[in-house]
Amino acid sequence: MIEVKNLTKKFGKFTALDDLNLSFTNSKSIALIGPNGCGKTTLIKSILGLNVIETGDILVDGKSVKDDYLYRKDIGYMPQIGRYPENMSIGQTIRMIKDTRKISETHLDTELLENFELEKMYDKKMGTLSGGTTQKVSAVLAFMFDPKVIILDEPTAGLDPLASEILKNKIIKEKNRGKLIIITSHLLSELDDIVSEIVFMNEGKIIVQQSVTDLMTERKSEKISESIISILKEMKK
Amino acid sequence: MNKIARFILFDILKNKIVIFYTILLFIISWSVLGLESNYTKATLSLLNVVLLVVPLVSIIFSTIYVYNSSQFIELLLSQPVPRVKVWFNIFLGLSTALVLAFLLGCGIPILLYSSIETGFSLIIMGILLSVIFTSFAMLSAIISRDRAKGIGISIFIWMFFSIIYDGILLVLMFQFADYPIEGIMATLAGLNPVGLSRIFVLLQLDISAMLGYSGAVFQKVFGSGGGMGISMLILMIWATVPFVLSLIKFNKKDL
Repeated sequence: MIEVKNLTKKFGKFTALDDLNLSFTNSKSIALIGPNGCGKTTLIKSILGLNVIETGDILVDGKSVKDDYLYRKDIGYMPQIGRYPENMSIGQTIRMIKDTRKISETHLDTELLENFELEKMYDKKMGTLSGGTTQKVSAVLAFMFDPKVIILDEPTAGLDPLASEILKNKIIKEKNRGKLIIITSHLLSELDDIVSEIVFMNEGKIIVQQSVTDLMTERKSEKISESIISILKEMKK
Repeated sequence: MNKIARFILFDILKNKIVIFYTILLFIISWSVLGLESNYTKATLSLLNVVLLVVPLVSIIFSTIYVYNSSQFIELLLSQPVPRVKVWFNIFLGLSTALVLAFLLGCGIPILLYSSIETGFSLIIMGILLSVIFTSFAMLSAIISRDRAKGIGISIFIWMFFSIIYDGILLVLMFQFADYPIEGIMATLAGLNPVGLSRIFVLLQLDISAMLGYSGAVFQKVFGSGGGMGISMLILMIWATVPFVLSLIKFNKKDL
């Protein structure tokens, strides 16, 4: 559960987030969408504590992100571009992140690790991996520690169809287990099966927050992409 | 040592540039010490190379490494780890790696071809300079988001302490040659980590007589046990202050 209260974030004179109020409840997968520079990444980074919050607040499970760093043990994050130290192997990288989490082996969720067949490549150096394989490592790390909230930034951008299918199934499975999943994506067609709620942002404000079923009936369309495009066209008028 | 620091340490030790740096230091030390039979003279020649190369490689390599790790830093920070710990461990990993590279490259030839008495001060200074300039690198990497600018700042810091600072001192010395400024000059020279390292090693080599009158002043100010303690203290301050400043900035930074 994440609550965003009156969050305003400015970079110099540019207002990236403008008095944002949001609430994400569990057992949902939420798509954050909007044009480039609309504040999606800023919002995600604020939740993760990568951006310093000056005005407003974000509560993750009732704990303010401003207080301390421990709330992050409930969050799994898959970055858009993962870059890891080049000379370390996949195995070493995963082990190092495991060490920072201090979770016993039995509580680890290694389903993605097995499905992506990464264990065969454990000795490969991170620097020699393709973009897609690096993304797989990021995805494995995001899901591994069984966090309550999973944040995915453009998750399927570099993945091959098979891998993105595996990831999608995993997302649906985790959502059904009661987790909160937040996805940002430009590939609207990718979202159809996995998303249950849409948050559409523009210029640091929320334009629409609606469940997918409501959105579809309201816009009389069968696909998320079509309804989003109809919103965009309305905005242009 | 923390897991994060160890991870970064091993990553850097496998880095080609660091391997090249170690080999380069080794070849230089080995040839300088092997060719010259007089330990003192050889150590002096080596000192000049170390004072130039070690700060330069430490600051440039560390700056680039911090910039290249920005996404990895974000990933680490999305784990339940405090910012202070992440930043400190990067510093620890980087400086340990560079110190090890220096010890392998310079320490081994010194032990093999020179005596530990003459070489010891040089080894200590090499270690401290590696740490000091890594600390500066952390600061210049955090000051600017732009990588080119950050590397530019690093190069300037290196140039300032290696070349410009001494130049300014020389100009001052000529301008105020008529006044008794030896004490002030010695203090000013001692504030520069590179200059201080040079003085420190020279005094250990007992050749300060070659420096003439200013050598005598240096001997008086830095030569005593207390002076050595003070020079170590100044170098320690240079190693911590830039890092602490970078840490304060990192804590408030939007990544």
